[in-house]
Amino acid sequence: MKRARPVVASLAGALLALGIATGQAFAAPSGPPIRIGSTLSLTGPLSGTAIIHKLVGEIYVEQLNKKNGLLGRPVEWIVKDDQSKPDLARTLYEQLITVDKVDLVIGPYATPNIVSAMGVAQRYNKMLVHHTMGIPGLAKYGMQFPAWSVGPNPEVTVPNTVLDALATLAKPPRTVAIVTSKFPSVYLMSKGAQDVIKKRGLTEVLFLEWEFGNRDYGAIANRVKDAKPDFVWVGAIGLEGNLLLDAMKKIDYVPPLHFYMYPAPGPLAKLPEAKNALAASIFEQHPPFTDNPVAAEFVKLYNDRAAKAGLADNSVETQAAASFSAWQVLEAAVTATKSLDDKAMSDWLKKNQVDTIQGRLRFDKTNNYGDDLMRVKQVQDGKWVTVWPKEWAAPGAKLLAQ
Amino acid sequence: MNLPSATLIAQSVLSGVFIGALYGLLGLGLSLSWGMLRQINLAHFALAFLGAYLTYQLSSVAGWDPVATLVVIVPCFFAFGVLMHWLFARFSISPFNSLLVTFGLTVIIESAIQGIWTADPRMLDSAYGQFKFKVGALYVPFPELLTLLLATTLSILAWAVLRYTDIGKAMRAAAEDAPTAAAFGVNERRLSLLLSGVSAAFAGVAGLCLALSFSLAPSQIYAWVGVVFAAVMIGGLGNPLGPLVAGIIIGVSESLTMAIAAPAWAPLVSFSLLIVVLLARAEKI
Repeated sequence: MKRARPVVASLAGALLALGIATGQAFAAPSGPPIRIGSTLSLTGPLSGTAIIHKLVGEIYVEQLNKKNGLLGRPVEWIVKDDQSKPDLARTLYEQLITVDKVDLVIGPYATPNIVSAMGVAQRYNKMLVHHTMGIPGLAKYGMQFPAWSVGPNPEVTVPNTVLDALATLAKPPRTVAIVTSKFPSVYLMSKGAQDVIKKRGLTEVLFLEWEFGNRDYGAIANRVKDAKPDFVWVGAIGLEGNLLLDAMKKIDYVPPLHFYMYPAPGPLAKLPEAKNALAASIFEQHPPFTDNPVAAEFVKLYNDRAAKAGLADNSVETQAAASFSAWQVLEAAVTATKSLDDKAMSDWLKKNQVDTIQGRLRFDKTNNYGDDLMRVKQVQDGKWVTVWPKEWAAPGAKLLAQ
Repeated sequence: MNLPSATLIAQSVLSGVFIGALYGLLGLGLSLSWGMLRQINLAHFALAFLGAYLTYQLSSVAGWDPVATLVVIVPCFFAFGVLMHWLFARFSISPFNSLLVTFGLTVIIESAIQGIWTADPRMLDSAYGQFKFKVGALYVPFPELLTLLLATTLSILAWAVLRYTDIGKAMRAAAEDAPTAAAFGVNERRLSLLLSGVSAAFAGVAGLCLALSFSLAPSQIYAWVGVVFAAVMIGGLGNPLGPLVAGIIIGVSESLTMAIAAPAWAPLVSFSLLIVVLLARAEKI
């Protein structure tokens, strides 16, 4: 049962919104800087997404320092390159805490690196707010807080949200093919989808797995075509979805309905074969998300910064929004407790809610997870638009079938 | 379990032949430099991806026809190969050290690619990608067909040159016994530079095929190393036809595994075949 909780952080959020939206002059922060440490995968296979988190962190810290910093002190962000290696992330967090002696830590990107950082944070009793962790069951540390609000059981809630959306179609799917990468967080969701599909009385006509890093999608595309499903659940991460669609195109196969778990959003949307493709998201840069002035200003700053950084896709979506939310959660905890005490901040977060650009976050369920705020988006006219639930749909957008 | 349809099996075999041809093309230069120059050139994969990115750049930004980019890429890569071997000879890099040095070179090229094109995935949108033929119930995509044609042509050409021309015979003699070949007037140093240049140029051609058929990301350089090494070793070091034949065997085996059993088992195929071949004919590799 949900309990009403005081929303102290709303005040901080409103102040931030006011400051950003009006360009209001704040007293310059003074005194020794508050040092926040983190790693990001600036090189290696995760670097394509980590650059998003780097840009967001830079924007957030700049904005903080243009206001009054944190507790009136300037903020310094120390970010180190974990080279997409969890073992290196562990060493660097150890270094940040014991050698650099940072005041606060914030999470890296990607589940394996977050788990590594979490172990170090636990050893030193540091609070860790992290960005996009895909396996909530692994987050056992009491002072960790997820900024990507997927709920404690996304493997159940996300497939249900997707199938709820599809159930509204004039001709809802009855047969499903699940094809999935064995990348851990994706695999968890696909296995969950398999159970949900069974429970909802749909027929699974195909279940295929491939190793992360698979190069040849021709045979997989052929098998999907052979199975003739109404709906294809693609447990893909990054470019895997594009590669599968490329392979489908080569045999003239167009899936009637298709969903992608963690796609590379920009490249997928630009692919003509991805027409009407579905994915899950916590944020897209259109109303009603951008009705929030903080979100609107952030979108503007991020679009500009991403263009200057030469990113292929400049839009704000799940990764950037989760990253921004992590900083919002950290700021709210510091501001509300007026301290840098990790225990005090953790206790406060467990009892309160924080307004972020993805919605109101709470941390009172299993492993400090809260609600599943994942929505369903769809590629329409080469752009992602939210289509479900209806209250989060882009103006005039509705779910389309092929 | 439903039995796969005949169309599925046939299309999978065809897909396997196409991907196998790319394994063979990527392995061609690697096999020649390993078998004849005693250079285990890991940078060959990085060069192929650099070629792919250059194809992407010249086609997407400068508007060149992707195949026409070879006019620039092949000579440049040839020169790079010559320079690389000259440096290896100058500093007397041993075969084992060549593995380490070329690994370092791979990291440098990967970083350079990431610095120029970022880590974001890039896709070449060319007219070739839209072409495909239908033969009965089977689809034949043009980029993959081009890869098969290039791989077959270059492998046969390399084999014919090594087998039937004086220069090829001299290269084989130098690879077999350099001092004796030198006694017969073979300029081993010059031939080695030529062979290294040609091997690098083959990487440039493989880059075109990668750009036409795959999305590009710097980290994908390493995704090809294992399977192409397996194709080179199964095919026999220094044998120009070996990587193509072994690549197609691996590609078809992988594809059939994916079509009949599970895609997750496909990576086991190439390495299982490699182990079998190593056990059966280790002395010939």
